[in-house]
Amino acid sequence: MTINEKQDELIEEFEFLTDWVDKYEQIIQLGKELPLIDEQYKQDKYLIKGCQSKVWLYPEFKEGRIFFSADSDAIISKGLVSLIINVLSGFSPEEIMNADLYFIDRIGLKEHLSPTRSNGLLAMVKQIKLYAIAYDAALVKKE
Amino acid sequence: MEVNTENIVRQFLYGGEPIGKQFPALHQSVYGKPLVYFDNAATTQKPYSVIHAISEYYSTINSNIHRGVHHLSQKATDAYEVSRNAVAAFINSRSSSEVIFTKGTTDGINLIADVYGSYAVKEGDSVIISAMEHHSNIVPWQIMCEKRGAVLKVIPMNENGELLMDEFERMLDERVKIVAVTYISNTLGTINPVKRIIELAHANGTPVLIDAAQAVQHVAVDVQDLDCDFLAFSGHKMYGPTGIGILYGKEEWLEKLPPYQGGGDMIKTVTFTGTEYNELPFKYEAGTPHIEGAITLKSAVDFITELGVNEIAAFENGLLQYTTSLVTEIPGIDIIGTAKAKAGALSLSVKGVHPYDVGVLLDKMGIAVRTGHHCTQPVMDFYCIPGTVRLSFAVYNTIEEIDYFISSLKRAINMLV
Repeated sequence: MTINEKQDELIEEFEFLTDWVDKYEQIIQLGKELPLIDEQYKQDKYLIKGCQSKVWLYPEFKEGRIFFSADSDAIISKGLVSLIINVLSGFSPEEIMNADLYFIDRIGLKEHLSPTRSNGLLAMVKQIKLYAIAYDAALVKKE
Repeated sequence: MEVNTENIVRQFLYGGEPIGKQFPALHQSVYGKPLVYFDNAATTQKPYSVIHAISEYYSTINSNIHRGVHHLSQKATDAYEVSRNAVAAFINSRSSSEVIFTKGTTDGINLIADVYGSYAVKEGDSVIISAMEHHSNIVPWQIMCEKRGAVLKVIPMNENGELLMDEFERMLDERVKIVAVTYISNTLGTINPVKRIIELAHANGTPVLIDAAQAVQHVAVDVQDLDCDFLAFSGHKMYGPTGIGILYGKEEWLEKLPPYQGGGDMIKTVTFTGTEYNELPFKYEAGTPHIEGAITLKSAVDFITELGVNEIAAFENGLLQYTTSLVTEIPGIDIIGTAKAKAGALSLSVKGVHPYDVGVLLDKMGIAVRTGHHCTQPVMDFYCIPGTVRLSFAVYNTIEEIDYFISSLKRAINMLV
């Protein structure tokens, strides 16, 4: 599946949830299902700044692809980061760098993207893209 | 906690109607639910009288003040000074020259920290604040202490969120140059014994600044009765416009202290060799002030005065008691701040649940609360929590809204646990 196919799948999943509280119920469920990152990676180095809650994001680079795992002390933040990881984890740095994350707007989470909101969906996306840029640069160097 | 909720007024009436009718912003839906606004400690909504006054100002007398000889300028200047007099009467200051228009509470505290610091504070001196201060009443003093080589001391509090007055007494010595404390805590709702704090500080020869940002809209504030040396508050937390605030200072202090910012109204004569500063209160009002805000602050003062600050206090106390009694019955909830004397705000924490999660779900149910550290990070550190869910009340809140909040809170907890 491509990044866009994954996004479309999520949009479909949320389409039937018209009530806001139901949408958040779904996000909370995703948060509860999110595999936790290894305790050893829950350190300040992997903490995303700009969140009212704490979000740890750990990248692993394997065979040209980046795999992300994450955790948060707030379950909704965990659900939000889970959504993004579902879409972006397991792709090449280039694919991640160029991804247009239209699903966030389409499932109605645009308000979480405001730069002044302290819950940091924008910060999570930014951090993931920064990792992709870093790995991409490392790959270019190797070549 | 035993609370008698029988005699609590369900809503504040104005002209026989719910007072909420006076506040247009309250009549809207968010996410398809009627808005319930419980974030009043951050800022209050504005009544029609204030909104109309703002429109009226720009429609009729908009002009720069204190300079023009023309008709509009004189009208605007008159209105500006009438408002200053109204504020002076509101806080019972001896003279309107003790009332300075600022940008807000933070601006007023920074002003005093800066000018008082340069006037009186030297290396090895100390400044006393309390453990429950808002960042606005911590950081300006930290900056000043750093500049002057002084030490910042903190009055500790107990688990209930009450200041340890014995400790405060012990802290007072000849090196303490100023005491700055909040009247009412924005996070805990504690009403501090500021009159006693001022008495003790004065006995030590130390002036006191009171942060009244969370006080003027909830309790009667009388600067002569308190005998405070400085007192700061904001317009937007008392149903008035944003960007305007008041710094009260005793005349003898304001006369003695050096100027803060230069320019505009704060001068009498300027030559390249020197400047003669203007008299009070203009000495501290450099540049073109927030004219519209200052003039329309009077409407907010009139609004509170007309309702009666004691009536407001009694009504809001009822809301607080009622909420406390219901919240206490929900298992797994701790009330953060259980001082005997409280006003305005109720902070709570749900066991095993992050306050952010509760806040997001309540928002989706149409309820505006504040979550997080409320700019009082040291308070959160004290209780070892990441933040709280805070309800803060205003005169337009109702018992029905609290009932809806309680059922929504239970629903949110069910989803999260």
